[in-house]
Order: sequence, then C-alpha cells, then structure tokens
Amino acid sequence: MKEITFKIDGKVIKAKEGQTILEAAKENGVYIPWLCYFEGVKPAGSCRVCTVKVNGMAQAACTTPVSEGAEVDNSSPELEDMRKALIEMLFVEGNHFCPACEKSGNCELQALGYRYQMMVPRFPYLWQMREIDATVPKIYLERNRCVQCFRCVNGITTPDGKKIFGMIHRGERDVVTIDPELAAKMTDEEALKAMNLCPVGAIIKKEVGFKIPVGKRKYDTQPIGSDVQK
Amino acid sequence: MNKPIVATASLAGCFGCHMSILDIDDRILKLIEVVEFNKSPIDDIKKFTKPCDIGLIEGGCCNSENVENLLEFRKNCKILISVGECAIMGGLPAARNGIPVEECLREAYLQGPTTADGDPKIIPNDDELPMILDRVYACHEIVKIDYFLPGCPPSAELIWNAVTALVEGKPIDLPYETVKYD
Repeated sequence: MKEITFKIDGKVIKAKEGQTILEAAKENGVYIPWLCYFEGVKPAGSCRVCTVKVNGMAQAACTTPVSEGAEVDNSSPELEDMRKALIEMLFVEGNHFCPACEKSGNCELQALGYRYQMMVPRFPYLWQMREIDATVPKIYLERNRCVQCFRCVNGITTPDGKKIFGMIHRGERDVVTIDPELAAKMTDEEALKAMNLCPVGAIIKKEVGFKIPVGKRKYDTQPIGSDVQK
Repeated sequence: MNKPIVATASLAGCFGCHMSILDIDDRILKLIEVVEFNKSPIDDIKKFTKPCDIGLIEGGCCNSENVENLLEFRKNCKILISVGECAIMGGLPAARNGIPVEECLREAYLQGPTTADGDPKIIPNDDELPMILDRVYACHEIVKIDYFLPGCPPSAELIWNAVTALVEGKPIDLPYETVKYD
C-alpha cells in the first residue's frame, strides 16, 4: 500500500493511503480531539470537534483522507477556540446536568469540557424538553443528553445486521430512537456495549448506576486524549 | 491597604457550595487575615453594610426573592462569581424547566405522594411568599457575572485558588483535577 507523508503542526506523519487524518494522527501519537468518531464505526462527521485546517481549509479530520505533502494545523489558537465553541454549543443544545448523570466522569463531552477548561458555555441555554424513552427492558434513552453522533446508529446491530438505533426528524428536531422489537431482544452485553459506545449519557443501562466511585472514573485524573498524545 | 471585602449568598442552592468554602479547612484562618466578610451566611450579616469587592453566588434563581438578592449583590459587589452548577446552569432545581409552573405546584401540593387525604388542598399563595419564576434561571441570565467556578460543589481548591488569585491580583492556578462539573 502506498505510503503518504504529510505534516501536522510541522511534525512529519507517515500514513497509509486511504487513511483519515484522524487515524493517521492517532497512530503517530498526535491527539486531534474528537467526539462523534469511534474506532471501528463508520464516521458520521457530525460534531466537527476534530476540525483541523488542511492547507488552510477547515476539514473534519475523521472523514478527510490523508494527502501527500499536506500541511495540517491542529493547534492554532483560532482552531482551538472554535473547537471549544463547538463543545460549548453542544452543552447548551441539550440538558447536560452533570451532577445528576450516571455517565459523569466517563462522559467524553464532559471530558472535552475539562480539557478545554470550559467554565461556562458562551451561548444561551436552550432548555430542551425531549422525551425520555424507558420502554425497552435493558436500557433507557435520555434524549436531552444526545449529541447526535450516530455512534449507536452505525455501531449497534443485531447478529443479522439490522440497526437497533436510528434518527428521526431532521435538523434541530433530530432525535435518536430505538426499534422496540429489536431492542427487546438485546442481551446485557449488548446493552452495555451500547452504553459504552455512547459518548454521553444518552444511552444508559438500566438497574446499574454510579458503579465506579468518584476518583476512579475514566476522566477523573487524566484528561481525554492522554492515551493518544505521545 | 484595606482588606478586600467578600460577600456570599445561597440562592436556589443546597448550601453545598458554602460547605465547600468551609472545606478549605485551616486555610480559613489565613483567609480571614487577608479578607473581610460582609453580607454572608458565614458571619450571619443580613444586609450589606458597605460596598464589597467580591461576591460569591451559590444557586440559580427560582423565585423573585432570589432575583432581588442577586440584583442587590450585583449592585454592591465589584466582582461577582457564579459558584457551582446551580448558579451556572440552574442545576438540579432546573430539572423543572420545561414543565409548566402550574403542573409543578399541582404535583407538589395537590397530587403528590406526600399529600395526605386530610390535608387542605391548597397551593400556598400568601403575599409574604416569594413568587416562583416560570423556570429556573442561571445567574448570568439575570445579571452580568464576571467569573464562573463549576462543580457540584466546586472543590475547595478551586474556590481557594480563585479567591487568592483575585486578592493577590495573579492569574488563577487551574490544575486538571480542580475543574469538574460534578
């Protein structure tokens, strides 16, 4: 396979042809922050948190393939502030009551807030009232926390390949929903997989909660991206 | 130089943030050496007796009294700080946002599981009671807030670092562990 060489903030990155900028960066120990991307799941490119500037043009690193000789900006103050603004926008778009959320401490949106030291979102709160769906046996959907990342839509299927999650409506009315018949057959393992795939607390496994004590959770002491950044 | 003057208030909060202020432990002795307290539940001064430098606000606004208090703080404090999730985004009280006030009151006083059969079926409506707002407001939705200290509650470290940075006129020290939303 053809090798591609390009630069991120001046650092030479070697990648395979067809790889995305985000994957190549990860393999080379360079952290590009992301939210909707999940390794092994078809990227939706919906959150834009991984935006980088490729030869001066803003692109989502999770969907843009590497190109020979490209100069990628991953750290200019303008870019970092735009990413922070996107994170803040997600915080006001839904209802993110961190103190009352089971995902707190393991939530990727929250962890990005910590990484960017968001003290308060700069945008006005929208105070959404989206319906909670607790009708299926193993999980419940708290749609006010959903960030429309499509991870569950693209990453959770039945053994015969049917999608269990889907999105309904369009634009600002966009909400995640679940196939009640397929969801009724979910095992505990599948429910846990769905919960862990969700970057926020929109998919929560029933009958367990706050299992890991404060201090031992994923992002209590280590900023998100610490495992990637070399 | 005169000591900077600090005032604090708990609006629609649980006093957890004030507990976190007390969590600075023996540093409180150092604190009272470098600042003077005015209106605050800590010293029980009920009314502003002089203009203040720093106002620490816990809790958001759920009723007219909270709003009045917050406006009073804005008027009397040079720097106003939202302390904790409730002040910053309404917090737990804001779980009612999106539910009509009438429905909330009906549930609390008429139909809720804690109302007994013999109880008089009334929604309290005395003139002495503050009016409940249509929803819970974050403090910066009502007045200009200068700084924000997130957390439920914000750690004693964060509060200490913020107050000492202001008093000493230095940039705040923000280690990763101090900024948390829960």
